[in-house]
Amino acid sequence: MTAPDGPAPVLRVSDLVKEYGEGDARVRALRGVSMDVERGDYVAIMGASGSGKSTLMNILGCLDVPTSGTYLIDGADVGLLDEHQLAILRNRRVGFVFQSFNLIPRMSALANVELPLVYGGVGLAERRARALAALEQVGLADRVHHEPNQLSGGQQQRVAVARALVTAPALLLADEPTGNLDTASTGDVLQIMDRLSDSGRTIVLITHENDVAAHAKRVIRLVDGEIVEDRRQAPVDGPPPRMAAL
Amino acid sequence: MNQLEILRFALRGLLANKMRSSLTTLGILIGVAAVIMLVAVGEGSSRSIQQNIQRLGANTLTISPSFSGGGGGGAGGMRTQGGNTGPRTQARQLSLADAKALTDRTLAPSVTSVSPVVTAASSTAAYGAASHTIAQFVGTYPSYFEAVNKPIAQGTYFFNEDVLAARKVVVLGQTVVEELFGTVDPIGKQVSVSGVPFTVVGVLKEAGSTGMQDADDVAIAPLPAVQQSLSGFGSLNSIVVQATGAGTTTTAQSEVTAILNQRHGITNDNPDYRILNQATLQETVSAATGTFTVLLGAVAAISLLVGGIGITNIMLVTVTERTREIGIRKAIGAPRSAILGQFLLEATLLSLVGGLSGVLVAFLGTRFAIAGIEPVLVPSSVVLALGVSVGIGLFFGSYPANRAAKLRPIQALRHE
Repeated sequence: MTAPDGPAPVLRVSDLVKEYGEGDARVRALRGVSMDVERGDYVAIMGASGSGKSTLMNILGCLDVPTSGTYLIDGADVGLLDEHQLAILRNRRVGFVFQSFNLIPRMSALANVELPLVYGGVGLAERRARALAALEQVGLADRVHHEPNQLSGGQQQRVAVARALVTAPALLLADEPTGNLDTASTGDVLQIMDRLSDSGRTIVLITHENDVAAHAKRVIRLVDGEIVEDRRQAPVDGPPPRMAAL
Repeated sequence: MNQLEILRFALRGLLANKMRSSLTTLGILIGVAAVIMLVAVGEGSSRSIQQNIQRLGANTLTISPSFSGGGGGGAGGMRTQGGNTGPRTQARQLSLADAKALTDRTLAPSVTSVSPVVTAASSTAAYGAASHTIAQFVGTYPSYFEAVNKPIAQGTYFFNEDVLAARKVVVLGQTVVEELFGTVDPIGKQVSVSGVPFTVVGVLKEAGSTGMQDADDVAIAPLPAVQQSLSGFGSLNSIVVQATGAGTTTTAQSEVTAILNQRHGITNDNPDYRILNQATLQETVSAATGTFTVLLGAVAAISLLVGGIGITNIMLVTVTERTREIGIRKAIGAPRSAILGQFLLEATLLSLVGGLSGVLVAFLGTRFAIAGIEPVLVPSSVVLALGVSVGIGLFFGSYPANRAAKLRPIQALRHE
């Protein structure tokens, strides 16, 4: 699953269709979505609720399977992978940040961040160091032994970002990462995203807030399962627009 | 994916719900302990019955007359059968000559000793002012003591010279000694039995009562002495034959049968005597107690099964409750085998811990007598119960674990 050299995109989606239900109750959540995401890009997918953006995100994160269409993550055709290879892909190539944090309760922040490395088969000493470094990166070095219920929403989401980052994935997916956060915490998380983008990480996030989308280099608007707008706000190899403005 | 990490996840999962885990463990504990203890009680009672039978005498055959067989007055139909020896008119009693014939080394090589026995029922013995009716006054040979397993506590047996000389000596059972002598040393004292004086030479070791009969209410004297003074020189009540070993009792029985059939002129299957074989009795009893043990074990096994269903139930609840957690783990790249391993290990740990503590409880429990029975731990039952409990963990845990592992991440994450 090594990526080819040159301008091969991190993500290549072609004609993705997802349908739910049967017969008259059939709902077409995605009606043929195609797009490429370059390495180092920072994409915001926007859309009203029901536009299919979460469905797209779940498919991109290999949590759900499309009805038809193909997509390549880091050069690997996900549709051709078996269960075990999918698990490895989710573990190594994709980092996923959820709207509702989805940390495992009764496990310390450090243990939560270490978890992907445990499943990836990384040794104890190395994964401890990497998890601490990831927590440091999100500014939570002093909260490593707190359990999720001892952390604020913003802190929990930062732990979740650290968990998504710790395996150094090719693609960071964030499904409305700020949807459950107050303004201050939203600012913290977006700042982290900006910094990550600046350091070259490829990010795709979902939002319905224009403020959040303003941080992205590229904005894609979905309506009824189709892309209606694809606007570039900043070049792929430059810094994200908000950071450039500072 | 490290096996140790999976074990750590499983332990963490169990410890997160300590109360639930310990109650589930308790179910298995009770099942395993019940299986081991009930089998031990069954085995203990079986051994104690065997010992009681052994106490009656090892490797012995007891021959007693049977009035249903032979050509007695009532058995008219029998007379016309067996034409070669002619019709018999009467069942023959056991005689001293029969007993002598059984000692033939060439015809009966498996026979060690033969003790003819006459019994004088309800003989009244008196010493001074005290008197006591002895339930069993036995006249026999010295070999009888060994054959029926009656060791001496005090004094001596009587010997062959005593038999030849028809000396009036007697060995008393504990009950008789207590009734007649109280605390006085009975050795060398004279008791009068139905007016005939007997000198006490020995006291039997206490045998304890077996069932209805008091095995200690007994007096044993040389055969001719009893015949002279009490029973008369008639037929014998029984002949006790001791075989050369536990394995030869059946051979001895067929030898004895051949000799007696010849002497009594019996050609059909209806002899005028019967032979009680201790070995056969023991086999029958151990078969019966074996069934009893199996029954107890089966009842206990049901409780083990119920414990196993408890594990399934708890694991199903756990999987349902932690569906979201499973979804998260899968979303960050947990392979199916890791999820399966974690939940299977949780179930197995529950049953293993339950099983081991059940064994521990059973070990403690079997050190005490239960309903007068000393339980005997059967190692195979320990292995079986423990093995079954772990097997139950794997078997009953595999369904919920499989269900957890097969969940699609998005389904699991959406689960509320």
